[in-house]
Amino acid sequence: MRLEARLRESARRYPDKVALVAGGCRLSYAEFDTRSDHLAAALRKAGVQPGDRVALLLENGIEAPLSFFAAWKAGAVACPLYPSMKSEKLAAIFSSIRPAAVVTQARQILSVQAVIGASGCQPIVITTEGANNAVGDALSFASMTFGGPTARPELRANESELALLIHTSGSTGRPKGVMLTHANVDAACQSIAGYLGNTEDDVVLSVLPLSFGYGITQMVTMASVGGRLVLEKSFAFPRTILDRLAAEKATGLPLVPAMAALIAGMKDLPDDQFASLRYVTSAAAALPPALSGRLRGMMPGTLIFIMYGQTECLRVSYLEPTEIARRPTSVGKAIPGTRAYVVGDDGQPCNPGEVGELVVEGPHVMAGYWGDEAGPRQRPTEIEGGRRLRTGDLFRMDADGFLYFVSRKDDIIKTRGEKVSPQEVERVLYALPGVREAAVTGMDDPVFGQVVCAHVALEPGCALSERDVMRHCASQLEDYMVPKMVEFRDMLPRTTTGKIRMSAEGDLVEGKLETAI
Amino acid sequence: MSQRFRPAVREFIAENFLFRADAEIADDQSLLESGVMDSTGVLELIAFLETSYGISIADEEIIPQNLDSVDAMTNYLARKLPVAA
Repeated sequence: MRLEARLRESARRYPDKVALVAGGCRLSYAEFDTRSDHLAAALRKAGVQPGDRVALLLENGIEAPLSFFAAWKAGAVACPLYPSMKSEKLAAIFSSIRPAAVVTQARQILSVQAVIGASGCQPIVITTEGANNAVGDALSFASMTFGGPTARPELRANESELALLIHTSGSTGRPKGVMLTHANVDAACQSIAGYLGNTEDDVVLSVLPLSFGYGITQMVTMASVGGRLVLEKSFAFPRTILDRLAAEKATGLPLVPAMAALIAGMKDLPDDQFASLRYVTSAAAALPPALSGRLRGMMPGTLIFIMYGQTECLRVSYLEPTEIARRPTSVGKAIPGTRAYVVGDDGQPCNPGEVGELVVEGPHVMAGYWGDEAGPRQRPTEIEGGRRLRTGDLFRMDADGFLYFVSRKDDIIKTRGEKVSPQEVERVLYALPGVREAAVTGMDDPVFGQVVCAHVALEPGCALSERDVMRHCASQLEDYMVPKMVEFRDMLPRTTTGKIRMSAEGDLVEGKLETAI
Repeated sequence: MSQRFRPAVREFIAENFLFRADAEIADDQSLLESGVMDSTGVLELIAFLETSYGISIADEEIIPQNLDSVDAMTNYLARKLPVAA
């Protein structure tokens, strides 16, 4: 089923039920459906055609879900982007996807308009906060979601049309656009809602950005089952979020390990802090067994689901909560309706315990990368009932069929649940005058999974400080890509072919550095 | 009443966070809402306050009302470290 049809169905069944909560705003299913109808009609009127891309640069607020569903109702492709994405990268993505519309926040409007100017495309721009004369001809989000009676856009039927175009870091350092169809997203979310046992009684509190898969699946599963989604912008003040969780009687809390670590470190929480919480999920990076153990102690009545996902299929596997004590490092088995297995270099399935590449099959596997940017080798294969994807992740499977993550095949760093391409950070480092050589590695960190470390050799006589390097990176890169630590060296170790030894992380790091946090 | 902490707090924010943002921020402006500080930034801020002022910040004090703006922080510090009578 197409995703907007799921919303329409929930609105028919539960028109008066609160669907969305964000900031001080609460929207019923009827309002969610009607306002996204209005926005869809306004998008079409402004010239957005089926198949066009609608770029979303939004923090977690009521506007984000409305924009996704409006884009789908208009037949367009939602392209959610990390709201703090820097101009140069944004311009490159805009040049590639050529959005017909951009929805953004008032405080970013000037930089977004500059990016649009540089990218050579001419999308309509919609801004979410108050009408401001300074923003030129941007349209007002509020006025596009209200208005007189609008003919409901007729729902489209073709579920093989693209729903999402999500950009993720590629090993070349250029972001790749993952193309997910309505059928892909629906298959993943129906499967997820099935194993989590989601119903209309669920209330999910999510601080995950709606620019990445794990956040989007929260929104789509809740809209599909008629549950409630409570959006918060960040986990920066954990206690405030946990109080919100109790006040909203949330039943589901999606976590990344960094958040789990903050919760596990809290003292003096009231006994009933998690009384309403039916389940937590953990994805985006490995959850250390010590953390899952501590969480189980803190919330004995709550199920803990460890999951594994990739933007390319949204979700790969999950571990039944009953297995967590026995196999705390496993990410479980393929989600219902799909397959996941491990193959060797010859493409044949590995024996139990052998390390190989994870292969995923099913109706949730993406249609491909936008513009075929990653090349034919990474194109998924069409198979009966879906597609087959070689994930580039190294895994092993135990004798009972449970999967264990081993490492990435490429050198992508996973920090705070986000993927960082070392090459992308290195390119920025090389652009700083005074930097002669640069290499970027990930260092294991108990809270963040890995942290980004820069190793830099300066030109003779140059006196850049760690702070100077970080400041330069912060001006060019999203927050999570900025190195947390900069190590200066006279020269960087090289292989005989002259390549900086990226793989010899021990040589570069020498195990003596500590994180800055 | 809280002026004695204001310069140091401002300096920390300018040095550590402001390079992430496009513009200056007002003392009463939310650091999170304006994108100046992210969740890692809150951890850095807590470490700074604890080491600079020798205080211990409890979990329940890590809330926006205490830490999300220059004003909030200076008031919080003034409460935490009253001038000896």
